Amino acid sequence: MMNTASTIPIDAQLEPPWVLPNRGTVGMVCLIVAEAAIFMIFFVSYIFYLGKSLTGPYPAQVLELPIFSTICLLSSSFTVHFAVSSLRKGKFRNCTIGLAATVLLGSLFLLETAREWYHLIHDEGLTIRTNLFGTTFYSLVGLHATHVLVGLIMLSIALGISLGGRMKEAHSERLEVLSLYWHFVDSIWVAVFLVVYVIGR
Amino acid sequence: MADTTPVMEGIDESLAVERSGFEVVYEWVTTVDHKKIGLMYIAYALIFLVIGGLEATLMRIQLAVPNNHFVSPQVFNQLFTMHGTTMVFFMGMPMLFGFGNYLIPLMIGARDMAFPRLNAFSFWVSAFGGLLLYFSYFGASGLYGAGSAPDVGWFAYAPLTAKAFSPGHSTDYWTLAVFLSGIGSIGTALNIVTTTICMRCKGMKMSRMPLLVWLYLVMSSMVFIAVGPLTAAQIMLTLDRYVGSHFFDTQAGGSAVLWMHYFWIFGHPEVYILVLPAFAFANEIVPVFSRKAIFGYPAMVAASIAIGFISLSVWAHHMFTVGLGPAGNTFFVFATMTISVPTGIKIFNWLATIWGGKVHFNVPMMFCVGFLFQFLIAGLTGIMLSVAPFDWQVSASYFVVAHFHYVLVGAIVFALFGAFYYWYPKATGRMMSETLGKWHFWLFLIGFHLTFDFMHIPGLLGMPRRIYTYDAGRGWEMWNMIVSIGAIFQIIGVGCFVFNMVHSHYRGKIGGHDPWDAWTLEWATSSPPPSYNFAIEPTVHSRRPLWDLKHPEDPDSDYE
Repeated sequence: MMNTASTIPIDAQLEPPWVLPNRGTVGMVCLIVAEAAIFMIFFVSYIFYLGKSLTGPYPAQVLELPIFSTICLLSSSFTVHFAVSSLRKGKFRNCTIGLAATVLLGSLFLLETAREWYHLIHDEGLTIRTNLFGTTFYSLVGLHATHVLVGLIMLSIALGISLGGRMKEAHSERLEVLSLYWHFVDSIWVAVFLVVYVIGR
Repeated sequence: MADTTPVMEGIDESLAVERSGFEVVYEWVTTVDHKKIGLMYIAYALIFLVIGGLEATLMRIQLAVPNNHFVSPQVFNQLFTMHGTTMVFFMGMPMLFGFGNYLIPLMIGARDMAFPRLNAFSFWVSAFGGLLLYFSYFGASGLYGAGSAPDVGWFAYAPLTAKAFSPGHSTDYWTLAVFLSGIGSIGTALNIVTTTICMRCKGMKMSRMPLLVWLYLVMSSMVFIAVGPLTAAQIMLTLDRYVGSHFFDTQAGGSAVLWMHYFWIFGHPEVYILVLPAFAFANEIVPVFSRKAIFGYPAMVAASIAIGFISLSVWAHHMFTVGLGPAGNTFFVFATMTISVPTGIKIFNWLATIWGGKVHFNVPMMFCVGFLFQFLIAGLTGIMLSVAPFDWQVSASYFVVAHFHYVLVGAIVFALFGAFYYWYPKATGRMMSETLGKWHFWLFLIGFHLTFDFMHIPGLLGMPRRIYTYDAGRGWEMWNMIVSIGAIFQIIGVGCFVFNMVHSHYRGKIGGHDPWDAWTLEWATSSPPPSYNFAIEPTVHSRRPLWDLKHPEDPDSDYE
């Protein structure tokens, strides 16, 4: 009888190398699925309550197409990808530039959202309590903006590490996991843009 | 046979020094070890099992005789709300996650979960959720209203949950508790999926994983899609109550039915999230005590995945009486009936595993046979209820209550008790008493059937659920009395179980590392397993690695 499991006599050469997926990536994909389910419910509410508000203001009267912020957020997906691929090639300066551009573009997006909300609340008098449009609009766009904020905080931490010169090639997998989250936030914005600003208007 | 199994050497912990009580507590509170977190999950779930059971007992005392005034209507509403919420979110989920946490890394030959700190975070978030729920008894209305708890029912239909109809903070505590439990569940589910995909030992292909791990993989994937909507709905309810939004506010054009959809999109998959681990326990216990490999491994995996998918499209069978219209009703009738096909496949596979086997009727196997029988009956009443016209007659009656308790107690709790007797020697190194276990089994079986078999009848006679009392002379008295008497047997049975666990911890027979002569990797390491489980990472070549070790002349890998 053998003493340890490691001595089972099987031809080791026949077995292919034992490689498993990266756990950061798998974990992030799981998180994205769960988050997508949460967003789905907010989208369903928005669509279900379209045109059911009893009083104004209505979407067609107050919403404007957020072209500039959409361009900012979508292009930030490219910059974060640029940062990750630079890091993988060992070009640390490019990585820092990519991260800085991403943080800048993300911040511009948030500022634009803040400007839009200020306009809606201050000039149009639309709050979350006004009607069903206000309820579903602020909760859906606000949930997305919260995710942008969380992503920005994490990207800023990565930028700080990169500026401090401590970002190494070994960290490229972790940065890639973060970029996955950022791409997800981006693609949710595409859906928000379509549902809220195109179909819903 | 058992004492010839080779043990993989663990890390030598014999040099560990004696520690003070404070240090022990500190270690448990700060631990990130999957076995300790698993045991804490189970202990916390057991405490809530007792609390939820006491609430059920109080309700059965109230309903035993007509025109009873044992508890007031308000207290009765709080009792059924707290009983349901506790049993689903703070007994069922943590109990099953506890077993998953403890067993999955051991079964796939890993040293810990993929994200140990996330694991600890998820546990503590869920635990604080449970504490918040019960804090509502003290804090819901401040000190003036001490004794107020949530009373909106476990599915908390709108618009009863609106600020106008549920003043005070008891509903807020309910929302917050369920929300936190959801965050913890998503965290642990994420951990289980990642562990299963990324931490398997060498040779443990997906097609060689123990079925328990497969079922937890399916169950955890369902958690993402099912618990997400619940979390979203709780955010909406909180916004409605605090910020004044109108999601479920019918006065402003909002829809109360929307809440029902959101809740049951979570609620029905949740039933399968709870029952899949019960299937998982049966998948491990039935083959070992039948001394045969599981029958139809690929069919079992396929059926589990099919259940996962179909269960996401059956939720509105909880809402036949809402008036969905013929198209909606028809879709959900057929979707619900379809789910009986994969569950039927599972039952046949378990029977085929037992068939021709050399069956050992130890306590875990007895509970599994009980599980099989009762799950079949629960499935049959489920098919009855899936027929919309029948459902219109008995919806929200005791027939429904009897049906889902048949699933939750008759199937899940029975499989769970079997799992306790089966894995107790692994966690503690000692066996639970077989004699006390048999007492537990028979008392609980008799109590279960007295309570839940006879509960169908008042339902068919028209007794609605959630009434706090009823008039004499409707023909419900005798049945309710029998149901309440059954509860006494169940309490004594659970008492035997609790005593058995505590007693066996100190006095139980030493079990050794492999008392059941089983085949999966958790039995290859010592009992209790050392820190980091395996000193040398194991390598497997079949679905039953320990069989290969014990029978090198006839390994499973020759046939798979």
